[in-house]
Order: sequence, then structure tokens, then C-alpha cells
Amino acid sequence: MDLSGILDYLVGFAIMAMIYAIFALGLNVHWGFTGLFNIGIAGFFALGAYTAALLTSPPPDPEQFEDFIFGGNLAQHGLLNFGIDLWFVVGIAAAAAVCGIVALIIGTITLRLNDDYLSIATLGIAESVRFFFLNEKWAANGSKGLYRIPKFMGDLVAPENYDYLYLVVVLIVLALLFAAVQRAVRSPWGRVLRAIREDETATAAAGKNIFHFKLQAFVFGSMVMGIGGALFAHHVRFLSPLTFDPLLATFVIWAMLMVGGSGNNVGAVLGAFVVWGVWAGTQFLPGVFADPSFRLCMIGVLIVAIMLLRPGGLVGEWRRMVVRTTAPPATRDPTGFD
Amino acid sequence: MRSVFSQSQQSAGNLRSPLRRLGPALSAGRVSVLVVAGMVVAGFLPFMKLGLVVNGLIFGSVIALGAIGLTLVYGILKLGNFAHGDYMAFGAYVAFFVVDGVLPRVGIEGAGLGPFTFGIPVLIAMPLAALVVALGAIALDGLIYRRLRDRGAGTAILMMASLGVAIAIRGLIQLIWTGDTQHYPRDSRQVYHLPMDVRIPPDGIFVAVVAVVLVFGLYVLLTHTKMGKAMRATSDNPSLALVSGINTRHVVWWTWGIGGAMAAVAGVLLAVVQAQLLPIMGWKFLIPLFAAVILGGIGNPYGALVGALIVGVSMEVSTQWINPSYKPAVAFAIMIGVLLARPRGIFGDTQ
Repeated sequence: MDLSGILDYLVGFAIMAMIYAIFALGLNVHWGFTGLFNIGIAGFFALGAYTAALLTSPPPDPEQFEDFIFGGNLAQHGLLNFGIDLWFVVGIAAAAAVCGIVALIIGTITLRLNDDYLSIATLGIAESVRFFFLNEKWAANGSKGLYRIPKFMGDLVAPENYDYLYLVVVLIVLALLFAAVQRAVRSPWGRVLRAIREDETATAAAGKNIFHFKLQAFVFGSMVMGIGGALFAHHVRFLSPLTFDPLLATFVIWAMLMVGGSGNNVGAVLGAFVVWGVWAGTQFLPGVFADPSFRLCMIGVLIVAIMLLRPGGLVGEWRRMVVRTTAPPATRDPTGFD
Repeated sequence: MRSVFSQSQQSAGNLRSPLRRLGPALSAGRVSVLVVAGMVVAGFLPFMKLGLVVNGLIFGSVIALGAIGLTLVYGILKLGNFAHGDYMAFGAYVAFFVVDGVLPRVGIEGAGLGPFTFGIPVLIAMPLAALVVALGAIALDGLIYRRLRDRGAGTAILMMASLGVAIAIRGLIQLIWTGDTQHYPRDSRQVYHLPMDVRIPPDGIFVAVVAVVLVFGLYVLLTHTKMGKAMRATSDNPSLALVSGINTRHVVWWTWGIGGAMAAVAGVLLAVVQAQLLPIMGWKFLIPLFAAVILGGIGNPYGALVGALIVGVSMEVSTQWINPSYKPAVAFAIMIGVLLARPRGIFGDTQ
């Protein structure tokens, strides 16, 4: 592989890692700050990706035996001629909106109940979304999937250099979302979320409506995930229900947040790069190490090992580190989110 | 920090009636709900194909074996075990290893025993798989969950760890047996034709009988042995059980042992009923399992049994009207409905 080949590979790697970083940020809002246990990331991933893809891709092509009805590409239909690149922005906003609405419904049902129910419900949502897109061919071409998803500003640069442009686009979106999440969790609103995570009863006693705050956090995090899904759709430009299997759309993201350190946004982004680096890097290893099943097994072992050995992840939550330097050694678990 | 005290208070409040006998727990509200549910079912009855109901009961007994283990662990250890489906799959694959790799070497082979599609090897392999998974579940508890519990970790941390275990087990299965479809050696057999267009495969009768025997055995264990009583006591109130001299460590071992063994049997039966083994089969089974557990009320094995039969029948009967590939979504819809109407399950308290 020559130098430019390596560079192209690294750019592609960085785009995927940054898209995963967006999911890790969304999961951080759920789990890291509020303690909401969402194991159905794949559902929001798929919803976001499909929403953006359906809004921007060309209408179905009967010659390819495509018979889904909502052929998207509203710009070409002449409803509102924003031009395709503005529709890209609309698609992202719609992806966030759809995920937010689904999160609102699920959250309203489950967040009043015990914590465990949310996780089981999100698992069900993820599977149901997949069944829907697999079986309802009219919605998104079933298992054959959607392709010909357009590039954002694809005319601007030559196709072989397009990834460089998209790298900048993803970087900008990631930076905006990072700032937004960081600002949200530093605000008084974010303090309430962390209080809920630490001690729900005491927070309720302080006059906070636990349910409302949890619901807001759940919707906010899910919208962030929806945006990640939209960016993913325009990057890989092919979607099928099989893209959103629980491994690469849920578990890897959990591993990223756990490795990086839940409760810390820098950790979430760092974890995304580290885990995706390990995941993508191990395929070059010889023998059993490159086997996808082995890597799957290792993702599971990694999650358990982090829970046991280093629950704070690589970085840990900032606040804890400050406490640790000034206070005497803690007798209980120093990372403390028990 | 979420205090351990408030945590246990909270969960004790939420799981107040686990493992309680049904008899004394029938209040007016509960009876009315059951009557309404019964009327809804009865209203649908003339439109249901009886054959699908029978299939649903067979499928439901497989769900029941998995769900009872899941609800015991959930009630006693306060752990919603996401790896339970993968324990099932692992059990099925261990049995496959015995049937395919071990028994032929000692000359035990064959399929099509009597009216069944499978042979003696599966009958030998099933208890072995149950033993292996039971011991494995106990070992994993000592390795992972006990350490987390000793540290005072909350339910979400435990569930997260179980998610990691689930992924690791599935990866291990794929690594050893590949991701391809496997199956036990089998002969094709005719089905029994009964009146009203009911067709029962002989395997289905076997599955139902195994389920009934195991559930009855568990009932005797829980109600007539010291360990069973200790398990119920621990489920009701762990701290009180500990101070009254119950060896909670042994209770934990028995809980995992029973849950793991029943999961393994459920996995083997599932592989027999579906006529195939796939690494993903356990994960796919999680939603019906949790639906049954929530329907019956977390920690209540008899509730899980009833819940499993309801879920199984609903999933099968729904194929009469909707696309069969939506079967898991039907289980999910039932679960959401129960969470909306009676979050503690049909036998739980209303408040």
C-alpha cells in the first residue's frame, strides 16, 4: 500500500470513528450522566439513517424492481427546490426529530417505572425497527436495502477526494454536538441529571420532577444518536436492515463509552477512537485474532473487564479526579457509580 | 452515590410479591383483571385456529423453561440477565457437541427414536448440557457478579456486565461452531392429526412433557425443601434472610444452577422444535423471555409460567392475521401493554 492509500484509509477510519463518537456522546447523555440504560442504540441508529436516506435519495427505480413508495429526494420532486445540499440539512434535522419522537413515546411508557424496564423496552424497539424495515418493502426496499444515497455537496470535489470533504463535515457536526452536550451537562439542567444518577430519592426530595428530567435526557440523547445515523447513511451510502445488527450498532458503542469513561465527553470521543482503532486494526492481525467471532467475543470480555477492573474507563469523570487529588483515599469504590 | 440502602429499599418495594403463592394473593382488582383478560381471550376464541393455539402452547413451554430461570435470577439476585438467551444457545450447542462429536465415538448414534425426530443421543446430551451450563453459570457468578455485588454495584451495572457476558458467549459459540446453521441428527416424522384440524408433531408432545416435569420438580423444590424456602425468603428480603441464618451464598449457587440448567434444556428443546441451531437463537429469544417474566411479575416463577404460555400462544395465533416474521414484535407489544396497564405483572400489586 502506498502512502496515499494509507492516507485514504486513515481518512475513512477517522470518519467512522467520529460518527461513532457522536453515538458515544448520545449514549453518554443517557448512561453517563443520567444513568439510563439504553441497549437499543441500533434502533435509533437505523431510524436516523433511514430517515435521512429516504428524504434525500432519488425515487425508486422500477427497472431495479424497487417498489418502495416513499422515494424521497424531495428536491427532485419539486416540492421545494432547496437544492440537494440543503435537503441534507433537512434530512439530518428530520432524523433527529424522528428519533426524538420515538424516544418520547418509549420514555413516557417506561421511565416512570423501574430502571430495568427501559433497557428491555429499548432492546425491543431496536429489534422491532429492524423487523419493520426488513418486512415492509414499501417503506425502504426491504432486505435489498437503499442505495444511491447522495453525497453531501458531492459535486464540489472529485469523487476520489470526496472523503476529505466529508471528514470536515463530520468534524464540524461532531464539534457542534460536543459543544452542545458539554454545555447541556454543565448547566443546572445537567447537574440535576447527575443528581438523579447518584440518588434519585434525594433529588426527588429536592423538588425535582425525576420523570421529566429523565425524559428530556432520553429524548436529547436519542436525537444526538439520530444525527449520527444520518451522517452514517451519507457516508456508507448503502443501508439495509442487516447493517444495524446489535454488534456494530449497539455493543461496540457501549464498549467505546465504557473504555473512554462514562460521564466524560472527552472520554466518550477518545473511547470511540480507541475501540474503533482496535476493532479496525485487529483485522490485519494473523490467524484467529482477525476472526470476527473472536473480536465479538473480545468486545464482550472487554466490557466485563472494564466493569470489574476499571469502572471509570480511561479518563473517568472529571469531578472524581478532582476529588481524588484533594480528599484522602476513598474507602469505597473510587469511581463510585454503583 | 446511590446508596445501597435506598437501592435495596427501592427494589424490595418494586419486587414485593416475588415467589408468593398465588392462592392468598387474589385480590378483587386482580380477579377483575383476570376476568377481563379471560373475556378478551374468549372473545377471540371462535376466530382462532385451534392448531395454532396448540403450537403456541408448545412454543410457550419452551419460553417457560427459559423465563422461569430468568425470573428466579431476577427476583433473588436483582439481576435482569441479558445473557440468559445465550445460556440457552450455549446449552443447545454443548448438546450438539455431545451428539455430534462425543457420542458417535463410543458408538451411540441415531435419530428417529419412536415417533420423535431425534434419537437417544439428544436424550443423553440434554442433561449433560444442563449440568455444564449450570456449573458455568455458577462459575460466572463467582468470577463476575459476586464481585460486583460485593462492591455494592446497582442493578444497571450488573445488567451491563451480563450484556458483556452475552456478547462474549455468542462470540465464543461462533468461534467454536461457526455462524452456520447446524442441527441435531434427525429423521422426518409424521405429525398426529387430531380433530378440528389440529396437527401435533410428536416432538411437541415431548417438549411439553419435559416442561411439565421440570416445572413440577421446581414447584416441589421451592415449596417442600429447605433450600426452596430459603430461596423464596432471599427473594422477598435478602437482608432479613441473611440475618436469619440463611446461607445466601448457597442460595445464589442454587439459583444460578437451576436457572442455568433450565435454560440449557430450553435451548436444546428450542433447537429440536426449530430443527436448527444458530448462534443468534438465544439473543432472538430474549424479548419473548422478558415479556413472559414481566407479564408474570418479576421474581414470580408461576407468573412466568402463565406469562410464557400467554406469550407463546399470542405469538403463534397472531400469525393468523399478521406476517409471521413479526412474532417477536407481538411479544414486545404484549410487554409494552403490560407495562402500561399493570407494571408489576398480571399477578402483581396494582400500585
